[in-house]
Amino acid sequence: MSEGFHIVVCGSIVPDPLQTLAPIDTPTGSALKNELMLPAVLDPWAGHALYEAANLAKKTPGSKVWLVSLGPKAKLQQLMMTIAQKVAFELVVLDGPAGGFTDPCEVAQALAGAVAAIPGLDRSRLLLFGGCSSASRDAGVTMQMVGEHLGITEQFLGVDELTVEADGSLKVLERIEGGQYLVSSCAGSPAVLAWATGNLPEPPNNPQIGMVNMRTVMPALQKAQPAKVGAEGVSYLGVELPSQRRETRIVKDLSSDEIAAEIVAWLKG
Amino acid sequence: MEKILFLAHTEADGTLPNAAREALSAAVGLAEKLPGASLAVALVGGDTQPAADVVAACSAARFLAVTGEEFSVSRYATDAAAVEALVRQSGATIVVAPTTSRFSRSLPGAVQRLGGRIETHVSGLDVADGTVRVQRWYYRQRMVGTLTRSQRPWFLVVDAGVFPAWQGAAGTAAVEAVAVSLPQVRTKVVGVQSPAVKTQTIRSDAPLLFVAGAGWTKKQSDGQLHLKDAEDLILDFLRKGNASLGSSKSLVDQSVEGEAVLSFMSHLNQVGQTGSTPRHPKGLATCCHGEEPHAVGWRFITERRAINTDPNCGWAQGKADVLYVADAFEVMKKVNELLAG
Repeated sequence: MSEGFHIVVCGSIVPDPLQTLAPIDTPTGSALKNELMLPAVLDPWAGHALYEAANLAKKTPGSKVWLVSLGPKAKLQQLMMTIAQKVAFELVVLDGPAGGFTDPCEVAQALAGAVAAIPGLDRSRLLLFGGCSSASRDAGVTMQMVGEHLGITEQFLGVDELTVEADGSLKVLERIEGGQYLVSSCAGSPAVLAWATGNLPEPPNNPQIGMVNMRTVMPALQKAQPAKVGAEGVSYLGVELPSQRRETRIVKDLSSDEIAAEIVAWLKG
Repeated sequence: MEKILFLAHTEADGTLPNAAREALSAAVGLAEKLPGASLAVALVGGDTQPAADVVAACSAARFLAVTGEEFSVSRYATDAAAVEALVRQSGATIVVAPTTSRFSRSLPGAVQRLGGRIETHVSGLDVADGTVRVQRWYYRQRMVGTLTRSQRPWFLVVDAGVFPAWQGAAGTAAVEAVAVSLPQVRTKVVGVQSPAVKTQTIRSDAPLLFVAGAGWTKKQSDGQLHLKDAEDLILDFLRKGNASLGSSKSLVDQSVEGEAVLSFMSHLNQVGQTGSTPRHPKGLATCCHGEEPHAVGWRFITERRAINTDPNCGWAQGKADVLYVADAFEVMKKVNELLAG
């Protein structure tokens, strides 16, 4: 790959996992209570995709990374204060809802339109990255649909490892059942890779990267296009928190032998 | 009148995965509840006739198949083309399929081509007033929703462990072959690789999920680390207890953070909000701690017990049936001895 890759990462925000979430009904359908007030983080698997993209771009001269994000732009701006310090990318913003109750088909259409409109994007060198699933809707279908919109029929889901071979082919390891990997070889870009956790730690904050990124982040936020994304055709009949709370029996006064015997009896029961 | 299509792929040996028989059960149930609905079966694989014969008595009016060497492996381009052809041929309005890695990759693309919609991780199906109602979870198993939708074809991808596996007598199915126009395929499937671990620790069909938390890698009561002891105890228990191994996020993250780790533990073992939420009849958590977001890995475990030195452990309080306040090293050693005897 002498020219490098054009790597587009699709990723957005989700509520911080430590926040308490509660559903509410709104005139436009289900939503989260105080959704815009909840602290947000980059969707975990999309984050892994972004870090893998930056790592690949670093190892492959001539490569460039874009982050295409659909979400409320005020929330994305907050997110950029941390994410933009981690890896180098150019931001593309779609101003719209990022909640879990939107339809992935509509999200995919909006994302594909934004990717297709990136100036200077060479589709023959395109690697479309994203998370294998979101921590909000958790459908695991958006990246494949974006790929279809863009005419990419080499797709991989639950990717933990990508190796660019000497001949330019891509060796891909995807998670499959039973803790195993499916190993595939793809004859180079374009391809869609929806990442699981990959193998990289979260990069530390680097203020210098942040300063460079912010030159493009702020203009991108200012010229964000509104994206009309919802869930047309869907009727939510109810969304609720699981109500069951178990009556936990706390066993403090048994010896290890007695506990072990009780556990074994339970296992065999 | 809904036209229901049960869609599945065969395994490398030509059999149907268990998750497929469960999805068939869901499809049959849906067809029975929807007035005037019809049921058809569609299969993808290298050789589909044996699998079709196994489900011949499922009351399907038609059996369709895309068969051939290209379709014996799990690959997006060939699978999406096969599914597209089968759904077009069947004229299905509702497609019921199992959640497998192969279909999770390929079905969304086929849905896009067909102009349909898709619901994944379906955890419940019902019919009320002639309308299909789907239950699924949002925000990583933190809230559950029920919905219906108007668009067709509507793909319902059913999670494993939700429905009982379909049971019926084998027969001989008259399978209609469906032709597929393949695009240029640039991906070659090389094979399957197991993680570089001492043993196979993830067993989705195991009766027990054993969850190991970060406490196993911390200093114990003698002020020392006992990683080797922890590894031996856990692996011994997995073998003797026929258990699948899950882990908290904090434990698997230690490997990328350069801390002491259990050598066989990887991100594949992680359960919880950013991991998997497996379905097993029983679960035993050891040395785990954390609040609701971390404990959602338990969501679909029916009977739950935990061992922890902290009686106020957020992982167990209100979420487990029994919390043993004890040293997991000591207890699991005894458990292994009892299981050996």
